[in-house]
Amino acid sequence: MTHSDFAKIFLDVCLDISLVLLGFAFFLTIGRIIRGPTLPDRVLGLDMLTSVAIGFIAVIAIDTGNTLYVDIAIALGLVGFLATVAFARFILARGKTADDDEKQDLRKFDDKRHERDGDAAAEAGAGR
Amino acid sequence: MIDTILMVLAGLLILAGSAFAAVAAFGILRLPDIYTRMHAASKAGSVGSGMALLALALVSHSGPEALRAIAAIAFFLLTAPLSAHLLAKAAYAVGYRMWGGSVLDEMPELAVTTRQSDTPSGRHPEPNAHSGIAGQGES
Repeated sequence: MTHSDFAKIFLDVCLDISLVLLGFAFFLTIGRIIRGPTLPDRVLGLDMLTSVAIGFIAVIAIDTGNTLYVDIAIALGLVGFLATVAFARFILARGKTADDDEKQDLRKFDDKRHERDGDAAAEAGAGR
Repeated sequence: MIDTILMVLAGLLILAGSAFAAVAAFGILRLPDIYTRMHAASKAGSVGSGMALLALALVSHSGPEALRAIAAIAFFLLTAPLSAHLLAKAAYAVGYRMWGGSVLDEMPELAVTTRQSDTPSGRHPEPNAHSGIAGQGES
């Protein structure tokens, strides 16, 4: 086996493994989007989804040799960036709705400490 | 010979990039609050896609394609921190809480004028009535 044969086989194996890993990442991100308790979590999940899709596009472009897809990757990145900015503005304009506090299931681990810190912060705020 | 080396290098880059993306997705699922999730997603996600595009630039045979891939990398490195920062700032200004185990919060209280909520609040008697922290939310 020559060196170039080895390189081709190695690249093929790497492409297969990376497709599996990227699909795994895609599903985990979709799980966060579905579960995500609040709106910023979902927006973050969508942002992550576009970057994973760009990784997919690059891997498939290497696999098939069809590098026209890179233009689509650039356009997808632009759209994802603009969407995230617009969603951030929307979060800022919407304000916090009352049921966000209920949905935000921050882990139970430190609830007492959190309340204590909240009291300390309240005192500091009163002192200012 | 150069081709062989470039192909092996591209394979390693693809592996590393997709592993970064998978770790980022795992972090986005497991970490406790929005800010730590953002830490995982924005860094590892952009590095993952950037490594895949760099591998594409290495194995492509014509110049313009490689340049296009490098331009895409530069574009992502410019925009990913911006969008993550903007989202974090919006979430903090509106008053989404940090995780209870967070050690330090150096951000001052932001004087952001948020509009009243668009959703009808009739079902909820008092906004922020059960919030543990004073000074957040609509002030």
